[in-house]
Amino acid sequence: MLSIKNLHASVEDSEILKGIDLEVGDGEVHAIMGPNGSGKSTLAGVLAGRDGYTIGEGSVTFDGQDLLAMEPQQRSCEGLFLAFQYPVEIPGVSNIYLLKSAVNAVRKYRGEEELDAMDLVSFIKEKMKLTNMDDKLLYRSVNEGFSGGEKKRNEMLQMAVLEPKLAILDETDSGLDIDALKIVADAVNRLRDANRSFILITHYQRLLDYIVPDQVHVLYNGQIAKSGDASLPQELEKTGYAWLTGADQAGAEAVQGQ
Amino acid sequence: MTEISESVGHFKGLYADAEDRLPGARVAWVAKRRQAAMSRFAELGLPAPRDEEWKYTSLKPIEKRAFALPEAGDHGVTAADVAPFVFEEPAAHRLVFVDGAYRPDLSQAAELPAGVTAMPLSEALAEGSETLSHHLGRYADPEGTPFVALNTALMSDGVFLHVPAGVSMAAPVHLLFMASTEADERLMSYRNVLVAEEGASATVLESYVGLGEGAYLTNAVTEAVAPAGADLTVYKLQEEAETAYHIAAFEAYQGGASQVAHHNISLGARLARNDVGDALDAEGAHVTLNGLYLGDGRQHVDNHTRIDHLQANATSSEYYKGILDGRARGVFNGKVVVQPQAQGTDSDQQNRNLLLSRNAEVDPKPELEIFADDVSCTHGATIGQLDDNALFFLQTRGMSFAEARSLLIFGFANEIIERIAVEPVRARLEERLLHRLPHTEAMED
Repeated sequence: MLSIKNLHASVEDSEILKGIDLEVGDGEVHAIMGPNGSGKSTLAGVLAGRDGYTIGEGSVTFDGQDLLAMEPQQRSCEGLFLAFQYPVEIPGVSNIYLLKSAVNAVRKYRGEEELDAMDLVSFIKEKMKLTNMDDKLLYRSVNEGFSGGEKKRNEMLQMAVLEPKLAILDETDSGLDIDALKIVADAVNRLRDANRSFILITHYQRLLDYIVPDQVHVLYNGQIAKSGDASLPQELEKTGYAWLTGADQAGAEAVQGQ
Repeated sequence: MTEISESVGHFKGLYADAEDRLPGARVAWVAKRRQAAMSRFAELGLPAPRDEEWKYTSLKPIEKRAFALPEAGDHGVTAADVAPFVFEEPAAHRLVFVDGAYRPDLSQAAELPAGVTAMPLSEALAEGSETLSHHLGRYADPEGTPFVALNTALMSDGVFLHVPAGVSMAAPVHLLFMASTEADERLMSYRNVLVAEEGASATVLESYVGLGEGAYLTNAVTEAVAPAGADLTVYKLQEEAETAYHIAAFEAYQGGASQVAHHNISLGARLARNDVGDALDAEGAHVTLNGLYLGDGRQHVDNHTRIDHLQANATSSEYYKGILDGRARGVFNGKVVVQPQAQGTDSDQQNRNLLLSRNAEVDPKPELEIFADDVSCTHGATIGQLDDNALFFLQTRGMSFAEARSLLIFGFANEIIERIAVEPVRARLEERLLHRLPHTEAMED
């Protein structure tokens, strides 16, 4: 599915990713953890095609194609989804309009027939069951005046309607209360299947109490410092990230979160 | 200086030539008001750049031209030209004007509630209507500003709307002002007088449309009165030719617990200037001023608004948005005056501008003059560009950069469109807007 080899990326003159190697197979869920500033969000941005990064060495292939050569919308149409850490508000554009445009953009790209308004609405409503989102939010401007939880549900709804091959959740759990966290986890678990893969980027381990990953990686200083199975977060909870920095083991709460 | 007096001389000449055949020429009060207004215009002259109210808007291109009054005739405009601009639902009472004159053959009467008058101004002037005499020039001071004075002297047509007390008009009155392909170098002076009596309600849509490429001048004035409990909504959609000059004033006067809403959508014209004024002269009155102005190429669009809080406990809310591309220039000047007796005033003014090009420019200027102490007056003005993060977000949802850009521009404008309560009017504006925005073909269906 996704193969990252020796990926280097910088912002302006400072190198953030310093040689990442990561293989994500079909249907696998990978968690990427790490302290602030380790390069987690940069990795998400580089994969989704955000502007402002200079790619140095390395390569990323997505389903056998050169991901880094694609425009962001092409990556989306090819089946890569990014859930934003801070969902964007778009005043004046209704949520339903965004969802319709997204669905049809992808269908058009894939050479499928675009759905008409009626079919689109029933398709979207079907997907809404997954996120337990209030119907009214469909007709409001995208994320405008939404609570933190509603914004994350909305991201999950976009993920559900776009039916990606690979979804990257960039700290989707940050700032969520436990109920909202369960909704995110539930959406991921229900969409999880033998073909669909996930990369969960998170600072805290608590999301992983609800989504059991196949592999967990600790990112530190632009490199993957440690990889392990679903038991790695528990280990980290005890030790914190301090072992990475060589400091005392004072940082345990940094992993446990609130 | 010489140029100004030359243009004054020219307009005086136009008036002298047409005086005898302007509508109401045989009605003493009409003729008298026209004359007084012309004298006043001659005193004032066209506004000069030193005039603070015209600081950013040069009238040089207007001064340079020798505008003539349009000749009589059909000017080649047929029902087919009108069709794209009319509303089928709900059945509007439609008055069509071409190059300054009412066109009964293109208009369509709707069934109006008993007692309602919605007639061409030319006819009301010719009749010497007493009600019209009472209201004409009462809210838009014929001696106030040069263009209102010039309009009062030369007004050729428009609507006289009178809604009796307690009558609510379901169907909107649609005024369609069309400039034909023969309108080059012509001056059109439209005057609309909207009179609601106590507790009456009405909705009026003014559309200004240019069919050709002419460098014509529209000088339009709409004055309105909403006494106690009246509810008046005016939508103004300006789609003049991009070679045209459009100068317009709206002046409203409100009584207790009345509602006035003015929606000012400016899409066309080489130079567009709107003066929108409202006087809140009783408790509980509320005015809403919404505006949207688009500029591209070398368009210049100037909106000056003024809200006078004359009495206590009235409220006003104003929201103007501008989108400027190319080398376009926008001006927003929002004045709110709160008189000493207007305690308990609640007023909010917002002006947001989106610049889409390096060479586009806007001058937003909120102007609050508050003489009362127990008031809540807020205002904000912003100038911004499209949000890169939002553009990226939409791309990650499958849209191309161009589609994402258009969607964001549309969203910015749509905040104003969404405030339009009459569905077909909103749909029409949406469609017009999409038509006007770059790369929006995909969104039209």
